[in-house]
Amino acid sequence: MKNILMLSALTLFSLPSLGESIAVVGGKVFTMSSQGTIENATVLINDGLIESVTSNGATPEGYTIIDARGKVVTPGFVGAFTSLGLVEVSSSAGVVDASVETSQVSNTGAALDVSYGVNPDSSLINITRLEGMTSAATTITNSKYLFGGLGAVISLNGQSPILKQSAFMTVNVGSQGAELSGGTRASLWVLLERVLEEAAKAGSDTSPEKPWYGINSRSDVDVIKRVQSGEVPLFMSADSAADIRQVIAFKERHPSIKVVLVHAVEAWREADALASADIPVIIDPEYNLPGGFEQMGATLANGARLEAAGVDVAIGMDTHNIRLAAQHAGNAVANGMTHEAGIASLTSVPAKILGMEGKLGVLTEGARGDLVVWSGDPLEVTEAAEVVIIDGKPIKMESRQTKLRDRYLSLQAGDKKTPSHYFRE
Amino acid sequence: MKLQSSRPLLALACAFSLIASGCGDQNTEENTQDPKVEINPNPYPSTYVPIAGEPTVITNVTILDGIGNIIEDGAIYFADGKVQAVADIQNGQTLETPENVTTIDGEGKWVTPGIIDNHSHLGVYPSPSTHSHSDGNEKTDPVTGQVWAEHSVWPQDPGFNRALAGGVTSLQILPGSANLFGGRSVVLKNVPNRTMQSMKFPDAPYGMKMACGENPKRVYGNKGGPATRMGNVAGYRQAWADAQDYKRKWERYEQEYKDGSNPKAPKRDLNLETLAGVLDGDIRVHMHCYRADEMAVMMDVMKEFNYQISTFHHAVEAYKIADTLKQNNVCSAMWADWWGFKMEAYDGIRENIPAVHNAGACAIVHSDSDLGIQRLNQEAAKAWSDGKRAGIDISIEEAWLWLSANPAKSMGVFDKTGSLEVGKQADIVLWSGNPFSSYTKADKVYIDGGLAYSMDDEASWPVSDFELGQVGEGDKK
Repeated sequence: MKNILMLSALTLFSLPSLGESIAVVGGKVFTMSSQGTIENATVLINDGLIESVTSNGATPEGYTIIDARGKVVTPGFVGAFTSLGLVEVSSSAGVVDASVETSQVSNTGAALDVSYGVNPDSSLINITRLEGMTSAATTITNSKYLFGGLGAVISLNGQSPILKQSAFMTVNVGSQGAELSGGTRASLWVLLERVLEEAAKAGSDTSPEKPWYGINSRSDVDVIKRVQSGEVPLFMSADSAADIRQVIAFKERHPSIKVVLVHAVEAWREADALASADIPVIIDPEYNLPGGFEQMGATLANGARLEAAGVDVAIGMDTHNIRLAAQHAGNAVANGMTHEAGIASLTSVPAKILGMEGKLGVLTEGARGDLVVWSGDPLEVTEAAEVVIIDGKPIKMESRQTKLRDRYLSLQAGDKKTPSHYFRE
Repeated sequence: MKLQSSRPLLALACAFSLIASGCGDQNTEENTQDPKVEINPNPYPSTYVPIAGEPTVITNVTILDGIGNIIEDGAIYFADGKVQAVADIQNGQTLETPENVTTIDGEGKWVTPGIIDNHSHLGVYPSPSTHSHSDGNEKTDPVTGQVWAEHSVWPQDPGFNRALAGGVTSLQILPGSANLFGGRSVVLKNVPNRTMQSMKFPDAPYGMKMACGENPKRVYGNKGGPATRMGNVAGYRQAWADAQDYKRKWERYEQEYKDGSNPKAPKRDLNLETLAGVLDGDIRVHMHCYRADEMAVMMDVMKEFNYQISTFHHAVEAYKIADTLKQNNVCSAMWADWWGFKMEAYDGIRENIPAVHNAGACAIVHSDSDLGIQRLNQEAAKAWSDGKRAGIDISIEEAWLWLSANPAKSMGVFDKTGSLEVGKQADIVLWSGNPFSSYTKADKVYIDGGLAYSMDDEASWPVSDFELGQVGEGDKK
């Protein structure tokens, strides 16, 4: 227990009060900005924001110092594709705001908006953030509609989660999407094009006074217009090269739509075309099995091959264990991705995809004060986050899981006799 | 009834042939005995043939022997399918090998026993995961001891090949967890081939899958029950009581036959035959169980009916009752960090595996996943380092028990594999570096001394029939 006690003591002593300024000193800092990686850097955080990153910089008066010598410092990781805050227990229990059957407000799913459903008290928030993830994209992942609705970008600060409402829209254009559209892509793509065309042709006033006979509901139309203008990026899930070619063709037909490719098991086969079309991808780089006929080209080299072609790659698709995104990136690196791209896949790339460039996933002046001090290389499975700062404040390194751990480890260590009953301690 | 694999069979078949050929004289003295009815314990025998290997020595390498020791500068020699010698060169030991053995310089590399996964559904829930291939749960009745996973295994599952590239040399294929009694498991050598029998681990005991908690009550809640956890327990108890009765019938038959009378053999019941095999100690119980309180109940059921649970699988709350698990000699097969996907997994902690180990109980890293099985070394590494940070100081050489020796014990094959002791099967992985790193990969995988996989030799990469002629055939996986 010694290490834990020392660490939590350190965190407690260095815990600044509200508004206090922090200097993270001496670490190897991955800025993810044009400053690159700096050894023995000083990161100043003030008023919840990054103030500066300098090499061997002096610490001004009044800053609480966090000693990061021998450690690695990164921006807080950004969960690229999660349902954090929307799900407590996925199967047969608890809160699941990440699934939708049908609703009066929508015909195509576009109008749904998860920002109303994010619960900052979810146990997943603490469990996730003390492993170095400080913000995330969160969205509906199980929809009976064409679209999965509007996703949000959230902070894991545990209080006011929404950093960006209407951050992106999701649609599955692979087998799952086909199944929801009568069982075939022959219907799926026609439906998608018709739905977009309808929204484009609809006037800006879809008020209740006028009759409406569209495929979309009125609310859907309003949101789709924002996708068409490029304000809300469209996250398109597809795995096979054939489906991915359709996504690229879609982007050519709709150049104003910001397209992001999701899951993308065979993306490596269209890597050059994706790079030319400026379509970034979000992948699970460990997915290397032909789980279906649209995944026959699955390989651990997906990430590396996409990077080599110049495609922006984000890594991290999960909810309860999105905290393992760093391990996923480590395995992408083990299979040919550069370490730099591995770190970027968890920080600057998802931030850019989510329209949070310069705010999240980067340590540069004006960025949010989300920073992690790691025991070593964060992509190594044996290393861990030691200090996590969100909005300029070090968080308490505590969760339900650490409390369960401490209760039962002390029982095992003989610190306490077998309890006759539980008590608060 | 005994199910001894050593017993040669087939009085039963003989009985039929006697009747058919009329060679048995039905009209002799009254006390003449009919041929004794005996049950073939091994009707689907292994046809496994090891890959031909060359006598090989790996020198200049770090060795984890799998039973808790590390040799920083070691050498290992294997030939004829077996480990022949292990030497600690740094400490003055030498290795005598015949001339002309294949020598591999292992500088910077590590050698370990092959990884053994005691919880896999490869072949019964294969890729592609189409409905046509979903053969892991006989969801027609909560008690199905009569189904055997080996009759569902599709050996063309590409997952076997991927697991091989992750250093997995043996694995137990279990039925799913829909049923209270899910049926028999099968232990395989991870050498993908044409048939299940050609992968079957010779002389490995059978296991039997059981399941606690949410899954059976979810599956049968609207299909006649069980609908509750108390319904689950009632289901186990009635089935064990039936199995006791069945076992007594066969014992009576055996005794009466032995005493010279001519009893009528009981009708075979394939479900109860499996359960009776457990009561006889021939079949090992592998029980899906998450919650500490449920595991405690199951250990009482175990005592009530006098059988042994080999291993609780998933055991997400094992850390809460590690002392009891130790007392009852039950292993826990666990994930490093899976949690929260269902209510009974809500209390998962990252220190579960080291906490169980630290209490002196048997800890195993398992996958239950076609992706997780590819990097069980990383799962162990996470648990090991999480334990360290929580003050549980376990050495890396001891932690390797979770990956080879303990799963081998759980499956009843530790006398044959699971460590690098002389005479054991040469199931060996040469790693590109420290296997507790994200960046390390299996460089070479030997099974019974034959080279089953070599990272840099594309020709050695197995390709299943399913992947032949498809996109990605022969690609790096």
